Amino acid sequence: MTAQLKTQWQSVCSTADLVEDSGVAALLNGKQIAIFYIKKLDAIYAIDNYCPFSNANVISRGIIGSLKGQTVVASPIYKQHFNLETGQCLEDSEVTLNTYPVKIEQDTVLLAI
Amino acid sequence: MNRKSRLVIIGNGMVGHRFIEELVERSNPQETDVTVFCEEPRVAYDRVHLSSYFSHHTADELSLVKEGFYQKHNIKVLIGERAININRQNKIVYSSSGREVAYDKLILATGSYPWVPPIKGNENSDCFVYRTIEDLKAIEATAKNSQRGAVVGGGLLGLEAAGALKALGVETHVVEFAPVLMAEQLDQQGGQQLRKKIERMGVQVHTSKNTLEILAQGTHARNTMKFADDTDLEVDFIVFSTGIRPQDKLAKQAELAIAPRGGIAINDHCQTSDENIYAIGECASWNQSFFGLVAPGYKMAQIAVGHLLGETKHFEGADMSAKLKLLGVNVGSIGDANGRTPDCKSYVYLNEDEEVYKRLIVSKDGKKLLGAVLVGDTSDYGNLLQLKLNDIDLPEKPDTLILPAHAGAEKPALGADALPESAVICSCFDVTKGKIAQAVAAGNHTLADVKAATNAGTGCGGCIPLVTDVLKAELAKAGVEVNNHLCEHFEYSRQELFHLIRIEGIQSFDALIEKYGKGYGCEVCKPAVGSILASCWGDHILKPSLVSLHDTNDNFLGNMQKDGTYSVIPRMAGGEVTPQALAALAGVAEEYGLYTKVTGAQRIGLFGAQKDDLPDIWRKLISAGFETGQAYAKALRMAKTCVGKTWCRYGVQDSVGLGVDIENRYKGIRTPHKMKFGVSGCTRECAEAQGKDLGIIATDAGWNMYVCGNGGMKPRHADLLASDLDYDTLIKYIDRFMMFYIRTADKLQRTSVWLENLEGGIDYLREVVVNDKLGINDQLEADVQKLIDAYRCEWQETLNDEAQLKRFKHFINSDERDSNVVFVTERDQVRPATFSEKYPELAGDIICTTAEETV
Repeated sequence: MTAQLKTQWQSVCSTADLVEDSGVAALLNGKQIAIFYIKKLDAIYAIDNYCPFSNANVISRGIIGSLKGQTVVASPIYKQHFNLETGQCLEDSEVTLNTYPVKIEQDTVLLAI
Repeated sequence: MNRKSRLVIIGNGMVGHRFIEELVERSNPQETDVTVFCEEPRVAYDRVHLSSYFSHHTADELSLVKEGFYQKHNIKVLIGERAININRQNKIVYSSSGREVAYDKLILATGSYPWVPPIKGNENSDCFVYRTIEDLKAIEATAKNSQRGAVVGGGLLGLEAAGALKALGVETHVVEFAPVLMAEQLDQQGGQQLRKKIERMGVQVHTSKNTLEILAQGTHARNTMKFADDTDLEVDFIVFSTGIRPQDKLAKQAELAIAPRGGIAINDHCQTSDENIYAIGECASWNQSFFGLVAPGYKMAQIAVGHLLGETKHFEGADMSAKLKLLGVNVGSIGDANGRTPDCKSYVYLNEDEEVYKRLIVSKDGKKLLGAVLVGDTSDYGNLLQLKLNDIDLPEKPDTLILPAHAGAEKPALGADALPESAVICSCFDVTKGKIAQAVAAGNHTLADVKAATNAGTGCGGCIPLVTDVLKAELAKAGVEVNNHLCEHFEYSRQELFHLIRIEGIQSFDALIEKYGKGYGCEVCKPAVGSILASCWGDHILKPSLVSLHDTNDNFLGNMQKDGTYSVIPRMAGGEVTPQALAALAGVAEEYGLYTKVTGAQRIGLFGAQKDDLPDIWRKLISAGFETGQAYAKALRMAKTCVGKTWCRYGVQDSVGLGVDIENRYKGIRTPHKMKFGVSGCTRECAEAQGKDLGIIATDAGWNMYVCGNGGMKPRHADLLASDLDYDTLIKYIDRFMMFYIRTADKLQRTSVWLENLEGGIDYLREVVVNDKLGINDQLEADVQKLIDAYRCEWQETLNDEAQLKRFKHFINSDERDSNVVFVTERDQVRPATFSEKYPELAGDIICTTAEETV
């Protein structure tokens, strides 16, 4: 265990809890966070679960994919797209979701907030 | 002038209504006070398709007036009120109710009346005419107590009336004075060919018969028709369809000039001899002739509106060509069909085996088309009409225009490019090629869009192939690539992908995108492909490899509501539910605090279920005998039914029984968009089946099948696909219809839009479903059967699989629930709290709220 881990990273779940190419929601320090795992890229993303367009905690239940070269999630209510790396909304430049550092170590998903 | 100008229109038939539409479109209706006299008890309806009243029995279906149209434009319509006199000096119209309406400009659109020959006994209560819905109602009532009916008159309208009699189930006779049928539009050979076809359908035709008298007695029927050749015919009732005469009585009374052969004389601007009075449609006589078709009337309406607005366009006569379907026989007539032009020449094609007759009449030098007759096959009509109307030179060998493909010579394609901009493509709505080109340039790139933007093809529909040609030619010219690609990840349409998946046996999204796509997919292609995979292979929708493809609705087997909770809607096939099941449902709703409502689909919806409660809720419902209702899926939702003959005193078939059967047969099958069925037990149509993707209406003889109706944003009445079907045939047709839709529709395309874009429309669909034009019906039926066999209740399957249930937890790392889901009480039930109810301190711009503040 490194010093960095002790101070920042928190264990959220095991990789078995993730759903491939889809999302799950986690609750960390009272904050709802959506975690997505793209198998093809072996990439994991963490982003706010709260959709500001619908005012509901639904982002983790959106469909993920790519649009114009960006990796995105589509909010399941009104279908706005958010860049999974930056949180930027593709339809409205003034809206950005928070994204969080996330990684997988020895089958454990670690999140820093 | 300070006061508004006053416009009075007498007559609310097809032309009178068209005048108003034209006026509203081209001027500011607020500037004019418009009053309309409508003598009939209902506003304008489609008289051209009058006989279709007998297949659906609703006057509304025929109405030409969009609901609220007159109110919206502040037009005063005096229904059931007749104008009885005009005082031209004081410019006042007097009505049957004693009303006086002053005008600045007056429009006469009084139409025509049926002319009945002066035959002794023609006022007998068994004698009718065929013009209004009231006439049809009277004929229908009499037909109920009759075995045999005769139509006097073998012209266009007479044969239309004969079709109606046949549909009413009485033995039908047609009595014609001339030696051939449709003498106005067809030559002798064409008339004979038509006669043969009609007789084969069981209609008895009597030509060269001059009816002298109708005696109210008979041995086998109520009346006897006596003819000049000493023969007679016994029938129960008689319908006269012996021509029309302009309704010019009011004009005569007002001493307006009347043409020698009847009709209100008008000039090129449609003005009568009084410059403040116009006459349009069948009541008007231009150049000493009047027009008994609707298209010239529409043209007059346009000219008159234009003139009122200061334009100086001229009425230049009208083309009397016609294409119709009489008693199921296609008939077309163009220009000089009888070859009366001096020195003209003819080309004839006769195929007695297939009962097709075609004749071209061309000019002496063989360069121009003068006329044509088409019986049994009118597929050449559109091209021929354009050749005639636009005076286009004929090809070197004109007979190639009417020869069938197997004759070898390639049919010269007229090509939309050959037509001038001014060519009228749709004569019902007077839409030119130029107007369609403009619509295409304005971004209308599909047939459905062009139809909506220009009205082209929305009348008789005969010009649709040509409209399609023009659309394609314009798109090609503009260099617009018609892109029906699914999305940026697949350069294929849904239909193409369906075939690739099916033919190559592709089983997963990954395999498909690997081979035919790029990127990782998106929320458009993933569910579309997921649906195709389910439609092709009948796979369980929750198969792990499919989970990532589906919308949250399919994944959690409920419709996500605005607050992130889900609805719970179990199936109640046909709208049936037992008291015990209802009690169980109530128990679950109460236990989980769910909002309860009867949905628009004749079943009960429970709302506000939390994701992690869903499995428990469904476990309880399933043990009470319920199964999933697929309310979350792009699939069949339900079959709405009326109680049918089991309980209703009017019902003629068991509509609930059929509704339950078909709902259970097709449930769970994934379709390009959601589907709704409806089954009505009689023509009263209480299940509103004609507003459904599939509508079935009971008849005395079986079931009528309607397809591609829709409610919603763009309501569309379903089209009749087939009549009087027995149960087994009906099921076959539904199988084929469903699978053909699944195979060929675009992504998220409802059946109504699908049909609007289907080249050839309902006739083509009928060819495929009923006549197996494509030779694929066995396959379509087999495919449906495979899906039916693969049906499993998705909720039951999910509950059986422990691994699946994990996904229903709200948080992967906590048993807490979403604190943002908050309910308040309204009308004794819960509803989601609004944002300001949840966060009164945060009222304002909700977009600015961040996650921290709201979790």
